[in-house]
Amino acid sequence: MTTQDATVEDVRERFSIGTSLRRVARGELASVRVLLGIAVIWTIFQIANDRFLSAVNLSNLTLQIAAVATISIGVVLVLLLGEIDLSVGAVSGLAASVMAVLSVQKGVAPELAIVIGLLVGTAIGLFNGFMVTTFGIPSFVVTLAGLLGWQGAQLAVLGDTGSINLPPSTITDLTGTFFDPAVGWVLGAAAIAAYAASAIRARTKRIRAGLEAVPLVVVVVRIAVVAAAIIAAVAILNADRGVPLAAVIVITLMLVFTYITERTRYGRHIFAVGGNEEAARRAGIRVNRIKLSVFALASTLAAAGGILAASRLLSVNQQSGSGDVLLLAIAGPVIAGTSLFGGRGFVWSALLGAIVIGSISNGMDLLGLASDVKFMITGAVLLIAVTVDAATRLRRQHTR
Amino acid sequence: MSEATVDRSADVVAEREPLLALKGFSKSFGPVQALKDVDFEVHEGEVVGLVGDNGAGKSTLIKAIAGVQPADSGEAYYKGQPVSLTTPQAATSLGIATVYQDLALCENLDVVANLFLGQEVTAGALPVLEETEMERKARELLSSLGVTTLRSVRTLVENLSGGQRQAVAIARSLLGEPNLVILDEPTAALGVVQTQQILELIERLRDRGHGVIVVSHNLADVFRVADRITVLRLGRVAGNFDVRDATREQVVAAITGAEFGAAERPTEEQAL
Repeated sequence: MTTQDATVEDVRERFSIGTSLRRVARGELASVRVLLGIAVIWTIFQIANDRFLSAVNLSNLTLQIAAVATISIGVVLVLLLGEIDLSVGAVSGLAASVMAVLSVQKGVAPELAIVIGLLVGTAIGLFNGFMVTTFGIPSFVVTLAGLLGWQGAQLAVLGDTGSINLPPSTITDLTGTFFDPAVGWVLGAAAIAAYAASAIRARTKRIRAGLEAVPLVVVVVRIAVVAAAIIAAVAILNADRGVPLAAVIVITLMLVFTYITERTRYGRHIFAVGGNEEAARRAGIRVNRIKLSVFALASTLAAAGGILAASRLLSVNQQSGSGDVLLLAIAGPVIAGTSLFGGRGFVWSALLGAIVIGSISNGMDLLGLASDVKFMITGAVLLIAVTVDAATRLRRQHTR
Repeated sequence: MSEATVDRSADVVAEREPLLALKGFSKSFGPVQALKDVDFEVHEGEVVGLVGDNGAGKSTLIKAIAGVQPADSGEAYYKGQPVSLTTPQAATSLGIATVYQDLALCENLDVVANLFLGQEVTAGALPVLEETEMERKARELLSSLGVTTLRSVRTLVENLSGGQRQAVAIARSLLGEPNLVILDEPTAALGVVQTQQILELIERLRDRGHGVIVVSHNLADVFRVADRITVLRLGRVAGNFDVRDATREQVVAAITGAEFGAAERPTEEQAL
């Protein structure tokens, strides 16, 4: 079994069902584990209330999770570094407040207000990164201070009224726009075609380079699964109001940041810093620059999430971005397999985690459960997820 | 004293110009003299074992060569030319690669990613990783080094054995095409079979024409792989031996200072 020529059996074994199950247990195929989790949750709520899997409710669920999923992308990036950002909730609220005040009270064009809101996030992220890299303060402390500080800034920005309603504009269109069914199908078909093309091209490239490649069957199955998921999603959303613009925005962000983290040198360096900062530094990676930029991206994405939340709720108030936003934005990716300990994770965990948490919250609302029960159940789910993360980490260390 | 012993090993290798020659290297940390007037040399296609007790100055010497902690005084010649080894970059650009004991690998990344860490093959403006190209080169490199125990170059480093990790770290140091490779305790904490594999890898480096400095506590390994042994004791060169006509006892005596007896004691006190 040498490096230069892996045998056919070797490749076949790596993609066998038994090997895959073992990898799920080790936490390597976390996305499969969380998909199974989502299936279980959906089954339970569907049995409890048959409206759960209706087109209307799933369409609502899509809009409900858009904001948190967006914030979570930034959280994934920070977690990959082995850092944490506890200010994402407060930053989302502050950015939305700045945007709302500018567009509603100061007469700034909504598009410009959105951009300025995002830049507020970028500036805060650069500040966080600066404090962490220059003074070596743990990100936990810097962003905990930010959690309080930026909430205060939000109150100051909102002023005495404390609440701003958003009249119809580009801002509210972000989550209020639904595409015509035909457009939805075109988008879905384009997504399937793009996925299939990239999967096949990657395989062809490996074969041409004389490297072992994923068996064609596996590639075909993967494409079929993705196609089925996309077709189902478009069909369900079309049965209600159509594919929402917000969903397209979130999926696009997922794709862009997946590409950045998995395919670019910058993304590779994020993983390296999170895995072994000293090794990264000795390899010539400019660790501080990576950290600074990741904190800036995280806060910008938090601002984007805040803007999406404001768009859906048609208002910004003193509570925007507070409450459980922060906890859910961090818990989601962790539930879906991004490690709190750095260097391990994937951008899609932001969406998968948001679906898990969003489904639980949505399902409990449908059942009319009171806040006390909801809080305790959500808390229990978070604890279980983090325990699974820690347990797989231990198993990984023991099964060397 | 050391001059004489070098001459003793004079044969085909020693007659050529040394790849790296150090003359009178000294280094102090405050009142502690970690290196004192050390002469050292290594030739192309030669493995030099650098041995000594804890605190003898082995680490200080390799850090001085690697430019991590430059020496206070002394001259360095690389291929006969005077050079200054004052920064890691200076050492690297001369063609000196160092594999430290902690290996500095990212356990969460696979073998290919670790091999190319910080020097990824990329294309485009972003820049985008050329994974297939890196994987192909990684396989070439590892098979040219005879590293055959890796099942896949896409295995995460956390799933590798200690010997495999060491092999990956050594292979990575070769990507910059160095002439001189410094290995810090490459066989520490390895099992018998893995030690054997790493020693074979070191021999392959020699066969490829690299000069190799192996820092080690394990005399058996050093005798097995080195052509020449330099013993450091309390920051000084306590002996240079050709492995073919040196005995284990002679080297141990040089390490412990036994053969110098009371005469050497005052130096010890000065050094402290």
